[in-house]
Amino acid sequence: MECGVPSENRLSRESGDPEFPARRAFLIEAGRGIGFAAVGGLVWAGFLDGKKAYPTVLRPPGSVEEERFLAVCTKCGLCVEACPYQALVLAAPGDGRPVGTPYFVMRERPCRMCRDIPCAAICPTGALDTALLSDAGEQGGKALNINKARIGLAVIDRETCIAYWGIQCDACYRMCPVMDKAITVDYARNDRTGKHAILGPVVHSEHCTGCGMCERACVTKKASIFVLPRRIAMGESSDRYIRGWEAGDEMRLEEAPEDTTTVTPRSGKSPTDYLNREDL
Amino acid sequence: MPMIMANRYRILRRVVQVGVLSLFVTGNAWGWKVLQGDLSSSLLFETVPLADPYALLQVFATGTMVAAQALLGGGIVLLFFAAVAGRAFCGWVCPVNIVADLADTVSTAVGGGNRPPWMSRNARYWVLGLSLLLSAWFGIAAFEWISPIGALHRGIIFGMGMGWTSVAAVFLFDVFVVKDGFCGHLCPLGAFYSLAGGWSRVRINHSKGQCTSCMRCIETCPEPQVLPMVGKWDGAVTSGECTNCGRCIEVCPEDAMRFGLRMQSNTQKDPKEVTS
Repeated sequence: MECGVPSENRLSRESGDPEFPARRAFLIEAGRGIGFAAVGGLVWAGFLDGKKAYPTVLRPPGSVEEERFLAVCTKCGLCVEACPYQALVLAAPGDGRPVGTPYFVMRERPCRMCRDIPCAAICPTGALDTALLSDAGEQGGKALNINKARIGLAVIDRETCIAYWGIQCDACYRMCPVMDKAITVDYARNDRTGKHAILGPVVHSEHCTGCGMCERACVTKKASIFVLPRRIAMGESSDRYIRGWEAGDEMRLEEAPEDTTTVTPRSGKSPTDYLNREDL
Repeated sequence: MPMIMANRYRILRRVVQVGVLSLFVTGNAWGWKVLQGDLSSSLLFETVPLADPYALLQVFATGTMVAAQALLGGGIVLLFFAAVAGRAFCGWVCPVNIVADLADTVSTAVGGGNRPPWMSRNARYWVLGLSLLLSAWFGIAAFEWISPIGALHRGIIFGMGMGWTSVAAVFLFDVFVVKDGFCGHLCPLGAFYSLAGGWSRVRINHSKGQCTSCMRCIETCPEPQVLPMVGKWDGAVTSGECTNCGRCIEVCPEDAMRFGLRMQSNTQKDPKEVTS
């Protein structure tokens, strides 16, 4: 058995040294290969881990949820080329977005909400899925409906929005392609002057497509209304808080999970233990 | 004229490489409908889908299915290279080939061509396996995120950004670190087409009768291990690692290398091995 300490002589592989059998040469070679792959793989893995983190990227209409999108988009740019307004951008290295994937910069070029949705229609991989943008049409067919797009959700910063200061501005409201549904204007009394109104824009998530026309239109230096991905912009209410004033809202209870007990490290202690402690 | 004849396939390859890229560029810039998209997925004349089968393989490794159009496109491309052209993508389509050829010219000109190979040409198959492993682990097509091929062709079509850095890295790696380093040792796409293209019809044929064993073909070949028959027996290049680039044909002074078809008769092993 050749398993002693290798001498310099034994490490010369070309010599055909009988003390250095082919098996050991093979093992060393295989070990090198595995080590090489491990080094490369770990560097590569660290790089990939960082690449998945760009939470505020805004995808084209009809995009599947972001994790699946990153898996299935092959970075072909067909959606970018299909956009007649050249609103979509394909991320180049250094753009700070997942490389090769399409995105919007709403302040510069918002989505114009084409009725034929060419970007989603041309996607070959299903990263953009027209089924998410379709209504059941006549004769059982499907009809594209861009109003079903959920690129993101417009969010208003009321502290910098001049309409909420009491200055009249309805730029976002006027530009909204889903006017009077996605953005409405709320009338309120201006308590500061006592005799004027505040005409504040309000976004409604059930209609907002996230097209970004409002962000483009906003007159403040940095937009006071801006689009964020819905998963960032929206919370999620609990199943057991019911709006009793809305007909049918208690129906949500039917689908709520049975087990709603929250278990924390304190859960094991009983309140009576605490009250009966002698040092209370 | 002799200059042109001595580089006829190189010139033809540049025409194809630049032509394909140009059609993609015009597709994006001017809306020409000849070839839209990029090398990952595209549409030919607005009807025929094409897709990179290796990119799709990585998507499958993430556990995701792609839509039918991409599947069809990947199938068409895979069928073309596997049945007809072999690993010709590397020599005739891939834009990194231009960078690698330039690096090879530079490194040969400064006398760096005879460096001992410390990296195995099989490293690419490890990278190929690793890319599928990492795709499954992270849920994203792993090589597509670091690919200098993607950075270069997307950069030319859609805007380079910082993509030039990885292209420059390939060039410097090839010149200073390993000869034919990226395309011949590391690239998993080349490895994929090597595995897929080994049975293709279009093959380079060698005729021993005309060969004077000057070894110029082996010196110039970016994958010299595919030419074991030179000066020894008649036969086709059977290894999938041959990129069908035609360099060996150009440099052969005796016309002993030619493009031909794969036949039962010319794909025998070394006759000496067969008889012994």
